[in-house]
Amino acid sequence: MARHKRTFQPLGYSVSFVTLFAVTIIFFWAGVAIFGNLLAPHSPSKIVDVDYFGPMSKAFPFGSDYLGRDVLSRIILGARFTVGISLCSVLLACFSGVVLGMSAAVVGGWYDTILSRFLDALSSIPSKLFGLVMVAAVGSSTPILIVLLAVIYTPGSYRFARALAVNVNAMDYVTVARARGERTFYLITQEILPNITGPVLADLGLRFVFIVLLLSGLSFLGLGVQPPNADWGSIVRENIGGLSFAAPAVLAPCLAIASLTISVNLLIDNLPVKIRDTGE
Amino acid sequence: MNAQIVRLVLARLGVAAVTLLIVSFVVFAATQMLPGDVAEILLGQAATPEAVAGLRTAMHLDDPALVQYAKWVLGFVTGDLGTSYGSNMPVADMIVTRFQNTLVLAATTSIVAVPLALTLGILAATYRGSLFDRALTAGVVSAISVPEFLIATLAVLIFAVWLRWLPALSFANDVTSFGQWLHIIAMPLITLTGVISAQMIRMTRAAVIDTLDAPYVEMALLKGASRSRLVLRHALPNAAGPIANAVALSLSYLLGGVIIVETIFNYPGIAKLMVDGVATRDLPLIQACTMIFCLGYLILITAADILAIVANPRLRT
Repeated sequence: MARHKRTFQPLGYSVSFVTLFAVTIIFFWAGVAIFGNLLAPHSPSKIVDVDYFGPMSKAFPFGSDYLGRDVLSRIILGARFTVGISLCSVLLACFSGVVLGMSAAVVGGWYDTILSRFLDALSSIPSKLFGLVMVAAVGSSTPILIVLLAVIYTPGSYRFARALAVNVNAMDYVTVARARGERTFYLITQEILPNITGPVLADLGLRFVFIVLLLSGLSFLGLGVQPPNADWGSIVRENIGGLSFAAPAVLAPCLAIASLTISVNLLIDNLPVKIRDTGE
Repeated sequence: MNAQIVRLVLARLGVAAVTLLIVSFVVFAATQMLPGDVAEILLGQAATPEAVAGLRTAMHLDDPALVQYAKWVLGFVTGDLGTSYGSNMPVADMIVTRFQNTLVLAATTSIVAVPLALTLGILAATYRGSLFDRALTAGVVSAISVPEFLIATLAVLIFAVWLRWLPALSFANDVTSFGQWLHIIAMPLITLTGVISAQMIRMTRAAVIDTLDAPYVEMALLKGASRSRLVLRHALPNAAGPIANAVALSLSYLLGGVIIVETIFNYPGIAKLMVDGVATRDLPLIQACTMIFCLGYLILITAADILAIVANPRLRT
């Protein structure tokens, strides 16, 4: 590619403007999630507009919802649920997936076979369906949602980490370490993990997008975050009645979700090959 | 050679059967985690200790969990899906018409989406790097990274609110003519086609580009073959296997999409039935619907694998 791209290199990697744009939006939503209660212009549960499904105005930049509450404030406070729950679940899912995957690759044998067969079976339940069944069984409080989403996405993370770890495990330096008599814990943390960190982080980002989509989908079905709390999916659900007159209360939370997920996808697509290289 | 293919396909079917068994176990175990006693919940106010004990015996709730599981699986194989907690009707009766409705929606979507997505995917690969390709790829990536209900919302805004071609919500009370049916199915169809096509275009494009990078295509190019001849004559026949695989895999996204689409548009399919069942915690209904969905998903995934095996000699070793 001879095409010249304007780039700059703050971390030793060339960073394109798409990446910069994506990172800006991601940090923006992270900031909103953390400082939400300071930023919201109104109380998210207070009825402030005399009209319901009000249009965009100076006082209510994204209009008002089906009860006359400020949509902007509800989205700002909803960021905490959408971003927070998804982040906790993705960390949990990737931690357990990567630990199991690396140990399966190092230990091998029956442990590997049984674990792989079982987790592959789990991943052949469509994620949305799995979510529905689990919500029906155990309900949907916030801690349960976090664990549930983590369980649903652990098999994928396991499969990914195992494939990477199997490759590293075949390297000479791992054989040498094993011949030295190192234990499994040492092999996993000192030899394998440092060599798969980049791809695992890229995978974490992708899985974060999946989890945001599933959480929003569940909330949209009324089975995710429960009132009086609301994440972005629940805000769309509450206001779906305003769809037939194109109320901003329906569109704004949709756009919030889209901006977050598309940014993370763009960031990962534009990661330097050095980091993203899956080694497969 | 043929015996080898048969053996591989049988092995793949065996894996699918084992997977289905594990899935059924997980689904059963998950639905047993319900806190509280089912008999007590069902009886509600009338839950005297005697009544609860009676109902528990009648429902075989006192049997060991493994025995209950075995009974459930056997019932499933013989077509007895149990009795709904909510309506006291056999689950099988509740599911039949709903399932047909969903199948009609899924089949119609496939008929529309597959030719559309294949054409667009192949065109994008042929003119790789062009403005058309880049615009399509950007659209496809955006469609994949947003929730299904956003696509449904946009479809309603465009076709119902701005263009006023279609009603925003469909109610399938009495369908007497083809026109009426078209009216009901149009919005779910458009939304699902959007969801499925995005996946299919992406995978088809990747499959064709993969083949276009092969040395024999370069050879054909050097020979002076035109671009269309290059794609249609040299690349496509060899990309048929990966494309078929991509089609089957993308169709499995129907299952996730249909849950959202049937709910948002009030389409009387099996997914809507299941979502309602989850809201009322109607376990036999949920179990049955889940198993049907998992079965459909497994069939598509397995079909994708088998197509890949049959089409690619290198996977046969």
